Amino acid sequence: MDTRTREDSYTEPGVSGMVADWAADKQAFDMPWGKLMMWIFLLSDTFIFSIFLTSYMNVRMSATAEWPNPSEVFALEIAGVHLPLILIAIMTFVLITSSGTMAMAVNCAYRRDRRKTVWLMTATALLGASFVGMQAFEWTKLIVEEGVRPWGNPMGAAQFGSTFFMITGFHGMHVTAGVIYLAIVARRVAKGRYEQKGYAIVEIAGLYWHFVDLVWVFIFAFFYLW
Amino acid sequence: MSETAGQQHPIGIYLKIWLLLFVLSTFSYLVDYFHLEGFLRWSLILLFMFLKAGFIIAIFMHLTWERLSLKYVLFLPLLAIAVLIALMSIEGDHTHLMRLTFFDE
Repeated sequence: MDTRTREDSYTEPGVSGMVADWAADKQAFDMPWGKLMMWIFLLSDTFIFSIFLTSYMNVRMSATAEWPNPSEVFALEIAGVHLPLILIAIMTFVLITSSGTMAMAVNCAYRRDRRKTVWLMTATALLGASFVGMQAFEWTKLIVEEGVRPWGNPMGAAQFGSTFFMITGFHGMHVTAGVIYLAIVARRVAKGRYEQKGYAIVEIAGLYWHFVDLVWVFIFAFFYLW
Repeated sequence: MSETAGQQHPIGIYLKIWLLLFVLSTFSYLVDYFHLEGFLRWSLILLFMFLKAGFIIAIFMHLTWERLSLKYVLFLPLLAIAVLIALMSIEGDHTHLMRLTFFDE
């Protein structure tokens, strides 16, 4: 067994620290197992979303029909003003704001300020729910008014619909799951369930939530802006 | 685990990053709003995207303060994705060319 104490065995920085973490007779990762498992899950989820976005790139590159212009497809008329992509921009701001409130919830949780933690997590979940609501509105408009289907659409390349519903649908599902996850954890924080165990769970839930925001950054850039 | 093993940073940093992400998102929206085209459009979209993603991972997900052991676990596998993207873009180009050659009316 390493003669150093547990605390200073994780203090060596850089590559030599990494070698020590992996090669010494100790736990390789200095964190609760739940947090490590969340990171591993998020890595696998990164692969799933990367594969979706890569296949989207592939079909968009190989399509001979013209790709519908997302700037126009997702435009809205608000009070008579034609605004391109406005709903998507609002959804982006809502999700970023929810990430901000979540980051502060993690901070409050580690300071054991339960009241603020619950309040901030609830705000995060509500913002997430409103994101899903706006997405439902967007889908409805696209299906009912624009006639977009997974197998075709009036604007151009048929692959537009299938990739759109697949990618945003899978992301929306993640947001929905996140809202439920946050609601459950917030309720348990309110009941004082983590007073003994510690509040790593809030950070773990936060990692998931920030990841959902992170994926949206890529979807926003590649699907809506490109 | 030791009970205090958690990420603890001043709350101001989250507010600053939040504001920064707002500004960067506005910029990427403006790229579309002003109908920038071609190389300028794509490079700006990618720049704002990577900046936003970087700040979310580094600050909100606290990766800056994590050990190198974890960083390598998270970033090395992404090389496989880079390879996939390269292969699929070659394949996409090829399919496009074949469709133009043999199927375009």
